[in-house]
Amino acid sequence: MITLDNVHKSFGSNHVLRGVNLHVPRGSSMVIIGGSGTGKSVALKCVLGLVTPDSGQITVDGKPNDKGDRDAFLARFGMLFQGAALFDSLHVWENVAFRLLRGTLKRPRAEAREIAIEKLRRVGLKPDVADRFPAELSGGMQKRVGLARAIAADPEIIFFDEPTTGLDPIMSGVINDLIREIVVEMGATAMTITHDMSSVRAIADSVAMLHDGVIQWTGPVAEMDASGDPYLRQFITGSADGPIEAVR
Amino acid sequence: MTFLAAIGASVLSLLAGIGRVAIYALQALSHVFRPPFYGREFATALLNIGWLSLPVVGLTAIFTGGALALQIYAGGARFNAEAVVPQIVAIGMVRELGPVLVGLMIAARVTSSIAAEIATMKVTEQIDALVTLSTHPMKYLAVPRVLAGLITVPLLVGIGDVIGIFGGYAVGIGTLGFNPANYIKNTVDFLEPFDIISSLIKGAVFGFLATMMGCYFGVNSGRGAQGVGRATKSSVEAAAVLILAANFLLTGVFFSI
Ligand SMILES: Nc1ncnc2c1ncn2[C@@H]1O[C@H](COP(=O)(O)OP(=O)(O)O)[C@@H](O)[C@H]1O
Ligand SMILES: [Mg+2]
Repeated sequence: MITLDNVHKSFGSNHVLRGVNLHVPRGSSMVIIGGSGTGKSVALKCVLGLVTPDSGQITVDGKPNDKGDRDAFLARFGMLFQGAALFDSLHVWENVAFRLLRGTLKRPRAEAREIAIEKLRRVGLKPDVADRFPAELSGGMQKRVGLARAIAADPEIIFFDEPTTGLDPIMSGVINDLIREIVVEMGATAMTITHDMSSVRAIADSVAMLHDGVIQWTGPVAEMDASGDPYLRQFITGSADGPIEAVR
Repeated sequence: MTFLAAIGASVLSLLAGIGRVAIYALQALSHVFRPPFYGREFATALLNIGWLSLPVVGLTAIFTGGALALQIYAGGARFNAEAVVPQIVAIGMVRELGPVLVGLMIAARVTSSIAAEIATMKVTEQIDALVTLSTHPMKYLAVPRVLAGLITVPLLVGIGDVIGIFGGYAVGIGTLGFNPANYIKNTVDFLEPFDIISSLIKGAVFGFLATMMGCYFGVNSGRGAQGVGRATKSSVEAAAVLILAANFLLTGVFFSI
């Protein structure tokens, strides 16, 4: 459903993506791993059109992502940003229900609020959080509000940028289960960035490792341990010795 | 030669910058008339830009009007023209000082806060988040603020004019020994409708410039806290200079004939 074909992106002299090829089938869960600063977030932003690639093509359902009705295109997506990116002038519930309070999905405020509270519950947050402001929450709570906002309008395609970073192990488990559930029950297509190998095993159908601006290895999660790829092995074991330099 | 090249380069980049601002302004204006409209954001902007600016506008105007009366009295005394205080305070406030000082206070208060807020949203990916939630940042952030500036700043200027004249009146009656009824009569008789209209037009232009600069520098902010700081500083500088330049041009157009 989502295909990246030879995508390049540089910021000045910083060549971040140098020919990324990746295919994510409909209804599957793809996890992207790779060292920090390798361009995982940039790759997701390229798909959404927030960052324009220098060259290469990205298609969703066979259609280029930069052509056609942009509103209709974006309406199919939900995105959790790495830094949560909550609107700090709005209450938590208004953040979660943002899409439901305006535009084509607009509905009465009371109804939108109820949906928001239900989504907050799914990410493990109590209803009393709804009326607070994002700045009053801890980093992990903000992350979960961002997750609730990403899934609020039941999108077909969901991107999660480091959903479990900053969460305790129990809450990470809850979020991993939730992501798995969204893919299996709602049939959504998911792309998740994570550094957490237990998350990878919990939510991935397939795994792609980004290194040096290209997809170094990609395949089903079951083949990950026996891949024989030295980069991937080093990443899984978390060793300082191997082809990936510790100083980057 | 390198000196000339440097001048040429900075002139070119200045022109390019003016072009970008003009394009941004035209885009924002074109969005004013196309749905969706964000009523809640507009109401918040009216409150922040208009209502909450009243105290600072009132204080600026009253002190300026008072000081103006003292200066005109002292200056006028040199050639026995002390009596012109009401007329000159009125014309000075309404045509010139009211709009300019209110405009500059709005640049200090409103432009800076718009730029810092929008730049912080940019830096923390909130603008990207808006886009992914199918909301046009220009419609959601810029249009309500610019529209609110366009509507409320002329009103603030009108109020500032009145308070400024009152400041002059208070000084005139309190310390300069003017007769209250005469002071008011002289003020009202002297002012012409076009003086007031010109004041309000200036207010609208300055309100537009002040809010537009805040939005423009905010969305084009660089990265990090430093980016936010630089965006805020540049927005206030640009707004203040543009307000003073526009004031000069408008004064020329209105009163040189
Ligand atoms: N808007 C931007 N402007 C300049 N450089 C950027 C921008 N966004 C990302 N980068 C750079 O691209 C590289 C990859 O960033 P990112 O995708 O966030 O890494 P990660 O893989 O950790 O998510 C980093 O070196 C970062 O500094
Ligand atoms: Mg990242």
